[in-house]
Amino acid sequence: MVNCDDIGQRRIFKTQGISYPEEKCGETVINIQTLLQLSRRFCVLAIALTVSAALYASDPVEISWWHAMGAENGERVEKLAADFNASQNNYRVVPSFKGNYTDTMTGAVAAFRARKQPHIVQVFEVGTATMMAAKGAIYPVEQLMADSDVVFDKSIYLPGVISYYQTPKGNLLSMPFNSSTPVLWYNREAFAKAGIKQPPSTWQEMFNVSEKLVASGMKCGFSFGWQSWVMIENFSTWHDQSIGTQQNGFAGFDTELSFNTPELKRRIQSIADSQSSGHFAYGGREDDSLPLFSSGECGMWMSSSANTAALSSQAKFAYGQSMLPLDTSIATEPQNSIIGGATLWVLQGHSKQSYRGVAEFLTYLSGAEVQAWWHQETGYVPITIAAAELSREQGFYQRNPDYDVAVKQLNLNTPTENSKGLRFGNFVQIRTIINEELESVWAGTKTASSALDDAVSRGNRLLRRFERAN
Amino acid sequence: MSHLIIIVGLLVIAFPVWITIVAATHDSVRVTQVPFPLLPGDQFFINLKAMFSSREEAIGGIPVGMMMLNSLVMALMIATGKICISLLSAFAIVYFKFRFRMFFFWMIFVTLMLPVEVRILPTFEVVADLGMLNTYWGLTIPLIASATATFMFRQTFLSIPDELLEAARIDGAGPMRFFFDILLPISRTSIAALFVILFIFGWNQYLWPLLITTEKSMYTIVMGIKSLLETADGEPAWHIIMMTALMAMLPPVIVVLCMQNLFVKGLTETEK
Amino acid sequence: MLKRVHFRSSWLPYALVAPQILVTLVFFMWPAGQSIYQSFLIEDAFGFSTEFVWFENYTYLLTDSLYFDTVFRTLFFSFSVAFLSLSIALLLAGFVDRIIRGAMFYRTMLIWPYAVAPVIAGALWVFMFDPTLGILTAMLDSFGWHWNHRLNGGEAMALVIIAATWKQISYNFLFLVAAMQAIPKSLIEAAALDGAGPLRRFRTIIFPLIMPTGFFLLVVNVVYAFFETFGIIHVVTGGGPAKATEILVYKAYSDGFIGLDLGGSAAQSTILMIGVVLLTVIQFRYVERQVDYSS
Repeated sequence: MVNCDDIGQRRIFKTQGISYPEEKCGETVINIQTLLQLSRRFCVLAIALTVSAALYASDPVEISWWHAMGAENGERVEKLAADFNASQNNYRVVPSFKGNYTDTMTGAVAAFRARKQPHIVQVFEVGTATMMAAKGAIYPVEQLMADSDVVFDKSIYLPGVISYYQTPKGNLLSMPFNSSTPVLWYNREAFAKAGIKQPPSTWQEMFNVSEKLVASGMKCGFSFGWQSWVMIENFSTWHDQSIGTQQNGFAGFDTELSFNTPELKRRIQSIADSQSSGHFAYGGREDDSLPLFSSGECGMWMSSSANTAALSSQAKFAYGQSMLPLDTSIATEPQNSIIGGATLWVLQGHSKQSYRGVAEFLTYLSGAEVQAWWHQETGYVPITIAAAELSREQGFYQRNPDYDVAVKQLNLNTPTENSKGLRFGNFVQIRTIINEELESVWAGTKTASSALDDAVSRGNRLLRRFERAN
Repeated sequence: MSHLIIIVGLLVIAFPVWITIVAATHDSVRVTQVPFPLLPGDQFFINLKAMFSSREEAIGGIPVGMMMLNSLVMALMIATGKICISLLSAFAIVYFKFRFRMFFFWMIFVTLMLPVEVRILPTFEVVADLGMLNTYWGLTIPLIASATATFMFRQTFLSIPDELLEAARIDGAGPMRFFFDILLPISRTSIAALFVILFIFGWNQYLWPLLITTEKSMYTIVMGIKSLLETADGEPAWHIIMMTALMAMLPPVIVVLCMQNLFVKGLTETEK
Repeated sequence: MLKRVHFRSSWLPYALVAPQILVTLVFFMWPAGQSIYQSFLIEDAFGFSTEFVWFENYTYLLTDSLYFDTVFRTLFFSFSVAFLSLSIALLLAGFVDRIIRGAMFYRTMLIWPYAVAPVIAGALWVFMFDPTLGILTAMLDSFGWHWNHRLNGGEAMALVIIAATWKQISYNFLFLVAAMQAIPKSLIEAAALDGAGPLRRFRTIIFPLIMPTGFFLLVVNVVYAFFETFGIIHVVTGGGPAKATEILVYKAYSDGFIGLDLGGSAAQSTILMIGVVLLTVIQFRYVERQVDYSS
């Protein structure tokens, strides 16, 4: 029996010259079908569809790309692939939408275990440790470039963006695709009404400004989304504080969380306490707090710089972006913020020829023109310096003031061991733990001190489990 | 009095459906503003048009019609498949005495436990090993293994009076004749109710089709809706999403309407 | 249970159950067996390093004091959902069964909500109860109730119970209506002639006759509440705030499917399955005795 789906997509056989007649593939289907004693009518339909799908196959080598971008960004992904396909004749990139980030990653894991993995899969940043640990499954991007003889100059990339995805020795593992970083969004009209000239640059000013906003009739001063990312992870790197031992996990799996510092506890507690005077309002996990800002209840909101599209459609007022506030009791100068978003990982198990196509495609994606377009269309940060420069030359930041805040924050300083990023196993669950513990603080059922201690000890339990599994 | 209580219940239960309709008839900004509108707006046809055009690009030129067709095939296969194999097995379990009868019953029954999502990786491997990825068979057969229908038919058969079987035996009817001539007609309402439920169950599958399809020609309408929702950092276009959701509800509602006749017929048959 | 009068055949019953058993074996038993085996392993997501650890995944779970809180929360949640959805559906079905005019309209409208795709249903609840934008929170606000399920665990629990119950009401309603339709009208008319009021007719005639369906729905609803509600919880609350709405199957789903801790998730699934099989056996043993199939 011919297994049609040996490498995930039967078109690959054809394009590699090992052509199996399509009818044989049809027969495979029929055998199973009759075996299972089911009606024949659907069978015919199934074959018709399989065959018609196969008719689309053309000569170039196919490269499968699983991604998690729906809606408009999904259309942009299709355009990126189509443009690349039009730019040359040897390869054909086929994007497939595979659900949200977790659906996509789990889908790729399931596919890999069944040897049906795609060439490229988009994985969110918290999955980095899991991917990296799977040495036999991934094809590190830098090695891929070298093996494919494609020129790869790492110096063109923004250090703050690629540091997150490098080995301690500096080898790039995956290609950043859609990245953002938290910034402080503020309501310009509310600021004007309250007589505030400047967005706050320190936490002391955050509370002062909130006081004025509330006095001028706002319901609350500020809120934030993605609380673990913004208030634990980025708060730490911004002040050059470690999140965990072993260079935030970069240097080994035997890392332990260490963010339960007196400084962070004090800050979290002060935020929780400020709820009573209306300075802070909690609005839920992820970006659920967006309506607090966009409806005009809160005057400030810390969350991803990629919220441009959402805000431009929902906020009925002028707004701006500014750098995250500094806690002057911890540091005198900010260090740098870290990114969130997703990267493209290349998976093992395909032909050398197709990997050359992958290398060319990733190089294409890094081109200044492509990156500048992607950056300006989506609000994600550009991954190369040239793309940021090109956007400036094109007048993008003049038309859209403040849109360079994210790049500035990421590029503020050369990342230190504390601020390159983080690499903790089971980090999806650890973020859930941090959400849970912080929610207890906002609800007043725990002090910041005991909540952060509990978050660290519960998180460490998961880190030990991950260490055990790898 | 009865009408009053039903209408109150209806208002509460159908309220989310109403919200869907309202959201589908406004523009994208209106539905994210306070207060949320309670009455339909005037954007129905504009949104309808937008849905068809944006839909085609959103996941690479897959027309809504194609996705609806895939959903339809999947839902029909799941519903008919489940009903067929369940009718037979329930018939065996209720009307025959044989070794391992209870063992089989419980074996089927535990499939009611543990939804496919929780055992997804091993199930995926089986389907992949059988070469059923990207086929209708892979989409449907693993979901046919579920006990709801068998259990339901067992309950129906158990409440059918024994006299019927005795009478059939006196007439010299064999098991299969009894099954087709007596059992099936008498279980008509149960079959109709189950068909409605299973059709909707199949129609609304999301995670399983998402995992085992990579060919765009196999995408279903619920996957299409989900792809509109997954904007990563962007803002979902609620008006289009709700419009698509509304469209996706039509076939199940049509099935409900068609089955209504069966309900009434079942009633008159037993009255005779 | 077996019919008092039944057929005998050496091969036919096996042939009849064969398709069902085959599908069950291949697509359920085999993967479920793998899953149980997996629960004895500690393994990375891609399956490169596998270690057989006996019951370590289980002890890991059972030494976590928070796990037991989740067990009790699950029981509360599941029984609330099963009880509410059954009783509301029974009430509605009872009334719809009595009327003639507009019955078809009501039936369709009450089944319709079941057709809302789960991916949309979750979003709808978030939409309606959003503390800032939600239409229902605005209504509650005008009564002086400042709804915020993002911070208040009790309200979050109430919200997921409402959302999970809502989904199941239409399901129960449909089967109950079908069961009531199958009751011969002559029986009810005879009772009415004897002077039995509507409530008494319902109690003495309709209720016993729909018991077989009722038992089916009881079992299915308990299983639904235990197993199939993780999707709605995932969208509506994500298990939060704190752990207020984390139930067992949600934990198994989020650890396994989202967090890719396969061994831990498999151990949870196994525990969960044992629990529900026990629960189902109890229902068959004790509740089914009350069901009268002979009528």
